[in-house]
Amino acid sequence: MSLDAATIRRIATLARIRVEEHELASLAAELNGILGWIEQLNEVNVDGVEPLTGAQQMALKMREDAVTDGFYAEKVLANAPDRAGDFYAVPKVVE
Amino acid sequence: MNLTDLTIASARQGLREKQFSARELTEAHLAAIDALNPRLNAYVTVTAERALAQADAADADLAAGNVAPLTGIPLAIKDLFCTEGLRTTACSHILDNFVPPYESTVTANLWRDGAVLLGKTNADEFAMGSSNETSYYGAVASPWRPRGSTTKLVPGGSSGGSAAAVAARVSAGAIGTDTGGSIRQPAAFCGIVGLKPTYGRCSRWGIVAFASSLDQAGPLGRTVRDCAILLRSMAGHDPRDTTCADLPVPNYEAAIGRSVKGMRIGIPKEYRMPGMAAEIEALWQRGAGWLKDAGAELVEISLPMTKYALPAYYIVAPAEASSNLARYDGVRYGLRTPGGDVIEMYEQTRAVGFGKEVRRRIMIGAYVLSAGYYDAYYLRAQKVRTLIKRDFETAFAAGADAILTPTTPSAAFALGEKGRADPIEMYLNDVFTVTVNMAGLPAISVPAGLDSQDLPLGLQLIGRPFAEETLFALGAAIEQAAGSFAPEKWW
Repeated sequence: MSLDAATIRRIATLARIRVEEHELASLAAELNGILGWIEQLNEVNVDGVEPLTGAQQMALKMREDAVTDGFYAEKVLANAPDRAGDFYAVPKVVE
Repeated sequence: MNLTDLTIASARQGLREKQFSARELTEAHLAAIDALNPRLNAYVTVTAERALAQADAADADLAAGNVAPLTGIPLAIKDLFCTEGLRTTACSHILDNFVPPYESTVTANLWRDGAVLLGKTNADEFAMGSSNETSYYGAVASPWRPRGSTTKLVPGGSSGGSAAAVAARVSAGAIGTDTGGSIRQPAAFCGIVGLKPTYGRCSRWGIVAFASSLDQAGPLGRTVRDCAILLRSMAGHDPRDTTCADLPVPNYEAAIGRSVKGMRIGIPKEYRMPGMAAEIEALWQRGAGWLKDAGAELVEISLPMTKYALPAYYIVAPAEASSNLARYDGVRYGLRTPGGDVIEMYEQTRAVGFGKEVRRRIMIGAYVLSAGYYDAYYLRAQKVRTLIKRDFETAFAAGADAILTPTTPSAAFALGEKGRADPIEMYLNDVFTVTVNMAGLPAISVPAGLDSQDLPLGLQLIGRPFAEETLFALGAAIEQAAGSFAPEKWW
């Protein structure tokens, strides 16, 4: 299948990346090229195969559900582009 | 004696025997960086002041007899590792003002062991690339050139600055990360040694995340021994990364020189790619011959899923990247580009902040994870991943101790030569390395010869989980037979 301009626009919205009208055609060509190449995975018989979600060679560890870190708001906020007191500031969301 | 020519092992000895001071060693490297970095662009940040302070501390420790494994050894760190109070960019515009308030576990381990930070090295943006050309801070020129030519070559990527720095003698060793070949491919292109450890061997805490189930930190050095020295300091359990293995860290250096007699080396027939350069095939056979001469036994093995590893990777890695990079939204850190409302601010920030390759991968990732396409793409790729891992498990269960392959399908190419029109052309560089990340295995690239243009080529050894010692022993056997390779100085 081939992605059209409307689908590229939808993906850009999902990815929260602004894409200009004049970029749509070249982006569609690139993404279609990559997805077309990926299609070869359809040759593989994956019936009854469990998906591999990670590369761990051992079981994931458990730990006590306790607060082990925190209490340094200044450090956390040090790189904020905008702040108000101990909060991040963003453009108004609710009128 | 030129102090920048010393390996980590010989610098360590010289420091302990007081042949020179840590300050002299660091000053020699800083002078070399001053002279060469304007041409190579291997470092994006040079930390001269901090390096000299660390070197002075190392000299005080050496005088007091407090000697740690890396006391006074100058290193370069890929700009993907968070360094406290020191700008860390992932070579992206979106992070160019980011100053981490914390230190990554791997780098903290290096400072604990006495290492000196020369600076942060250039890389592909968010480690997405195989040539270092996607960096927001410009491409890196390899210290290697084709014989009789002034053509600028790529150092490989994504850890291109780290590999170029080590090869050009502007660092004794370096640290990189490898998600699909990002340590091994640049190591091969630059004629040095690079190791991708087993997934979980090194903590990922404080490393800017690309694809969390594939990323792993590793060393780059001019010898196998140097990589063994570095890995011992980098590795170890970290409660802050739940995927980090709680296993003792062996003295990897002890594996150097260990006999490889009786080891079974798998030669996978599927790595004989159609169209592969005859030189690569010849190098591979020569490498197999060296291991045989050292007493190893060669066995043909089959890894039938090999050709599907790269397309599966280009679903799994972008999917994880699209999720990991969602954090760059202009709110908590990094670049913010204003917009009329909060959504517009996100979209503008990310459009301005991310480069083309990163944008492409985030969009592929968002698409393969989106409703209606998840099963066809992402779930299928994860199942193929199971089969890739099973291929290796079958080969190891049948008795292979390690697997020998070429590291790359070609030597380094020219800046601007690949991937302009077709991104897949660049992706194909990782055809021999990416299977290892998909299966979570350790692998080392060792320089094994020069091609007809006098450019370095590498051989890759793939090991069982946590069998890095086997790789160091076999890698050292190849190194001993092949010798070492240094670029001719044109600078």
